[in-house]
Amino acid sequence: MTTPLRSLSTLTAGQAKPDTPVKIAVTGMNFFYGATQALSDISIALNANLVTAFIGPSGCGKSTFLRTLNRMNDIIPGTRVEGTVTIDGKDIYGPGTDVVDLRRRVGMVFQKSNPFPKSIFENVAYGLRINNLATNRGELEGRVEESLKAAAIWDEVKDRLQASALALSGGQQQRLCIARALAIQPEILLMDEPASALDPIATQRIEELIYQLKRDYTIVIVTHNMQQAARVSDATAFFWLGGLVEYGPTETIFTNPAEKLTEDYVTGRFG
Amino acid sequence: MERHVRHFQEELDELKGRLLEMGGLAEDRLRLAVRGLVERDGPLVEKVLVGDAAINQLHIDIDDRCFKLLALHQPMAVDLRAIVAAVKINTDLERVGDLAVNISEAVRRYLQHPPVKELIDIPRMAELAQDMLRDALDAFVRRDPELAQHVLTQDDALDELKTAVFRELLGYMLRDSATIEPALDLILISRHLERIGDHATNVAEDVIFMVSAKDVRHQ
Repeated sequence: MTTPLRSLSTLTAGQAKPDTPVKIAVTGMNFFYGATQALSDISIALNANLVTAFIGPSGCGKSTFLRTLNRMNDIIPGTRVEGTVTIDGKDIYGPGTDVVDLRRRVGMVFQKSNPFPKSIFENVAYGLRINNLATNRGELEGRVEESLKAAAIWDEVKDRLQASALALSGGQQQRLCIARALAIQPEILLMDEPASALDPIATQRIEELIYQLKRDYTIVIVTHNMQQAARVSDATAFFWLGGLVEYGPTETIFTNPAEKLTEDYVTGRFG
Repeated sequence: MERHVRHFQEELDELKGRLLEMGGLAEDRLRLAVRGLVERDGPLVEKVLVGDAAINQLHIDIDDRCFKLLALHQPMAVDLRAIVAAVKINTDLERVGDLAVNISEAVRRYLQHPPVKELIDIPRMAELAQDMLRDALDAFVRRDPELAQHVLTQDDALDELKTAVFRELLGYMLRDSATIEPALDLILISRHLERIGDHATNVAEDVIFMVSAKDVRHQ
């Protein structure tokens, strides 16, 4: 299936919203786990201050692709990337890239919330401390509060900042992890199934948060939940068998997709 | 790629079946009303006047099905367009049923007078309106945007006939005031037939939207 998908991805590559600046540009990406090719010839331009959703059936490569955007796959032995990924025009796989700095600029939130076994305060303060982003206690506390507010969890935790983060509910833990990611002021936020382990109310909070955060961040979200993609994203990319089948404004993908494959997937005829 | 018929698809097919049933009923009632006029058959017209319940019931049932399908399945793309189209087509077909009743009421009054003239253009209008309605529903079933487009082109002919009917009857009314009452009813009937053509046009536009996602209204 590689051959038709190559042409499809070439046809539909480009930006979803041509009038918005491009934040991340990917050209001709191939990705391998050892001898297995997981992504073929992905070219896509992700717009700044928009929410872009990656959808597709399990194993289609959407999470793998997400993780190439802050080089999280580097830590998996035997992986190999071809092609280029630029953020603000600079190749993140080029020589001289500081991967730690890259991951500071491109934050990530995972499917399963993973707070440190520390206090709520320390979870958010940690990244600020190791990056020397606060010069004194007052500034540190200010940044922690700001981040917790931005992640819409401040009101729920402000009276118990020294309590263990592990005592929070799943939805609160996930928002704490978002606060932790925001504390170090990234430009891009990658979210890998951020609400799939949450109940509907916690999910709604996260979705509302995503909507608010896009003013300040470029957000990329992987989701299995198509309704969620439809609700939260501005642009949607549909992946299938390691290829990018279609990419465009979310509205178009869910009301009138150009590709039959996309239509079959979003209408639930396969996947 | 795995393909399976899901119960959503079955319910969507069922919904389309109900719409067709409703379209068939609306068509029947229009045909009877016009036949009552042409053949001056009072009892036939009375049948149309009492038999609106089935269409009304379908109107409610179809809306209810659409509402549930939207709420429970959150359909996307072509399925979403099909259900939105069904909601609109449902309203149009119900209005066609109402107009058949309006025509019957006018025919009932008209039959109390001697004929104003031999009817030529009104049966022609009725035939055209019925063709448009049937073609629009066929286009819906066969998902055929070309047939739907054909319906749109027919609407002008219907409008022209309505204008011709009005002019001709105006002449009769000016010449003989005794014809005013029945002639006004014929003008009303032509107006209702023209409205039925408009509803058929709406259905055809919805079919085009459903199949190709193009909004061709108001062009």
